[in-house]
Amino acid sequence: MKRLTQMAGAVVTAPLGWLAALIDPPLRLWQRVAGQKGMVGFFLLPNMAIFGVFVLFPLVVNIAYSMTTGGALFLADREFVGGAQYARLLTCQNYLDIRTCQEDQFWTAVRNTGTFVVLQVTLLVICATATALILNRELRARGFWRAVFFFPVLLSPVVVGLIWRWILDRNGVLNAGLVGVGLDPVNWLLDRNFAFAAAIGVTIWAHLGFFALILLAGLQAIPRDLYEAAEMDGTRPARVFWRITLPLLMPNLLVVVVLALIRAVQVFDEAYVLTGGGPGTATLFLTQYIYEVGFASLLKNPGLAAAASILMGGVLVVLTLVQLALGRRNERRGKLK
Amino acid sequence: MRTKLTGATLAALLMSSTAMAGDVRMMWYSDGVEGEVMKDLVARFNAANPGINLILDEVAYKVVQEQLQIQLEAGDGPDIARVTNIKTLAPHWLDLTPHLSDADYWRTNFGAHADWMREDGSDAITGFMTQLTLTGGFANATLFEQAGVALPGAGATWDDWVNAADQVAKSQGTAAAFAIDRSGHRISGPNVSYGANYIGPDGMPLPVDDGVKAFAAKLVGWVEGGQMLKDTWVAASGSTYRAAADDFINAQIPFYYSGSWQIANLSTKIGDGFDWVATGSPCGTAGCSGLAGGAALVAVKYTKNAAEVAKVMEFFAQEDIVKEFSERTLFLPAHAGVAAKGGLDWQTDDPNVKGALDKFVAAAGEIEPGAAALPAWKWASAYYGAMVNRISQVMAGEMTLDEAYARIDSDIAEQVAAAK
Repeated sequence: MKRLTQMAGAVVTAPLGWLAALIDPPLRLWQRVAGQKGMVGFFLLPNMAIFGVFVLFPLVVNIAYSMTTGGALFLADREFVGGAQYARLLTCQNYLDIRTCQEDQFWTAVRNTGTFVVLQVTLLVICATATALILNRELRARGFWRAVFFFPVLLSPVVVGLIWRWILDRNGVLNAGLVGVGLDPVNWLLDRNFAFAAAIGVTIWAHLGFFALILLAGLQAIPRDLYEAAEMDGTRPARVFWRITLPLLMPNLLVVVVLALIRAVQVFDEAYVLTGGGPGTATLFLTQYIYEVGFASLLKNPGLAAAASILMGGVLVVLTLVQLALGRRNERRGKLK
Repeated sequence: MRTKLTGATLAALLMSSTAMAGDVRMMWYSDGVEGEVMKDLVARFNAANPGINLILDEVAYKVVQEQLQIQLEAGDGPDIARVTNIKTLAPHWLDLTPHLSDADYWRTNFGAHADWMREDGSDAITGFMTQLTLTGGFANATLFEQAGVALPGAGATWDDWVNAADQVAKSQGTAAAFAIDRSGHRISGPNVSYGANYIGPDGMPLPVDDGVKAFAAKLVGWVEGGQMLKDTWVAASGSTYRAAADDFINAQIPFYYSGSWQIANLSTKIGDGFDWVATGSPCGTAGCSGLAGGAALVAVKYTKNAAEVAKVMEFFAQEDIVKEFSERTLFLPAHAGVAAKGGLDWQTDDPNVKGALDKFVAAAGEIEPGAAALPAWKWASAYYGAMVNRISQVMAGEMTLDEAYARIDSDIAEQVAAAK
């Protein structure tokens, strides 16, 4: 038995020994050259290398792609056209009428995405806050209810889209129910407004638990004595919410809003599986437009798709910076008070 | 000791990521039962050719449509692939001619469709069609009979078929009278039947003409009137492909326009659920044309084992193998010798299948020249994609037909300019 334990130990430690032998010489060399403080750089190096290869390099390549045209994959084989792809995307005879734009479907996607972001994020934050407030109360089987709301987060977005498609489809569960009670079936996903509302509702259903969890953590960090003092003063619950809960929850809310905004601008998977961008182009969002142009169409145009993705990335950066600036301002105000 | 161990580990890692000499990878998708047949044939090939390891990579059709091109543009990909977007990707196909033991056999038996899978002006032998297909309709004979509506006969127009199917739909309470797959390819035969011509004298796309306008207006009218199943075309955007086969299989529509490749699928899934018949293509003002096509098995020029690839291709191109493949998959053979000899013993007990295959063989004689030229035309994909995209927007009420025609023209022009 002892011999067996020794053998098992050797099996575990031997690879570690080889790994140490591999890393040790360059580590010592670096320390000798860069000194103790320079070791920070050594440990950051792998991360920076991965960031460089998988984020920075593709970003630079994408920018380069956006200035080229043709179907070739290698940059060297592609024709340089400068800002022509951006000009194509941004050219409209009348910016108030999408139909006059050269790439009218890009602008349709921009309009749909903008509307989606405003409505979905607003509703999501309200619903997540309400859910977190309810789950923070002394409920019976509180753990169970928390799990119920968190469960959809565990599902793959494609599964979420499929489940709701089976429910809302012409031959779906909802219509089976309607027919069962003697009503006429409705082609839910062929109604422009309903399909758009469904895309909002389904994405809220899918992500609510994650955001509610962040807010729940924030709620639990608020000192209970503040509520006890308010209760002793006979403060109304609404006033407690506006004067205590909301201000103290603001850092978490800000995180939720930033993450929800970024997620909403990138909406694709659930909506694509649910509606396919239809009816017509009612739920065509920016990411689907980029996917269609760059990957799905029979004659692909990677340059145009790259330009659209750079524009979308720019909007995301601006949104994030605005949110962070607002956050810092709130923080400063909080400190002054 | 440590150095030796590290070296051995590195060597093992390098070996694991290197393809072995003699490996031939074939990317294959299936519409019906042909994947099973292919597995059997691959096993036979490997048993008879111990020096070559043929590996069948079965993938979804979407993978072939969306990912293969990217792999090919990167100078990578499988050694052999089964594709439908044959002409657009022609620059990536390998010229098998120097590796074939009998190039004349290929020219004689597959020469009629060789232009579909090679660049304009080239005489390369790049592969062969695994099957010929033809677009055409299917009718639910049981529903027609139950409704007391006679199946329109030879020479019936699109209006005749839609009106008859509409009577059946109203009588039997189906979701709609008919559906056409959401695909530019599928509406091109009907367009040509109404006199459309896509190809200019210089080989470049022509603006949308009266033929296209005639059938597009009918399609939109049928959606507005509720005769055509709205879901297939409207519940998607862009050039996304949608088939209405499941609606036909589930008896939700009495008439379905798709193509001969659906025969095995319908036979397998409908079984003895109801009787169905192939109808050929309804007529327009200029003809009763379907659109020929099919899937090709092509060699990829980035292969490192060209000689082995040629050997594999020669195996599958043999007359008896093509015959067996066609009989078991219920596909129309693209091999001139097999087609000329006839007498194919279709491997099915389904009484609907043989009649359907005969009907498609007969309909192949009605292909109009404008449709016959499309499979070998470089810009067909640009035309197909633009039509689907814009006509479905009209159906969804987002633009008028006139606006759509202008957009189709500009979309095609932009795609051609970007692809050059």
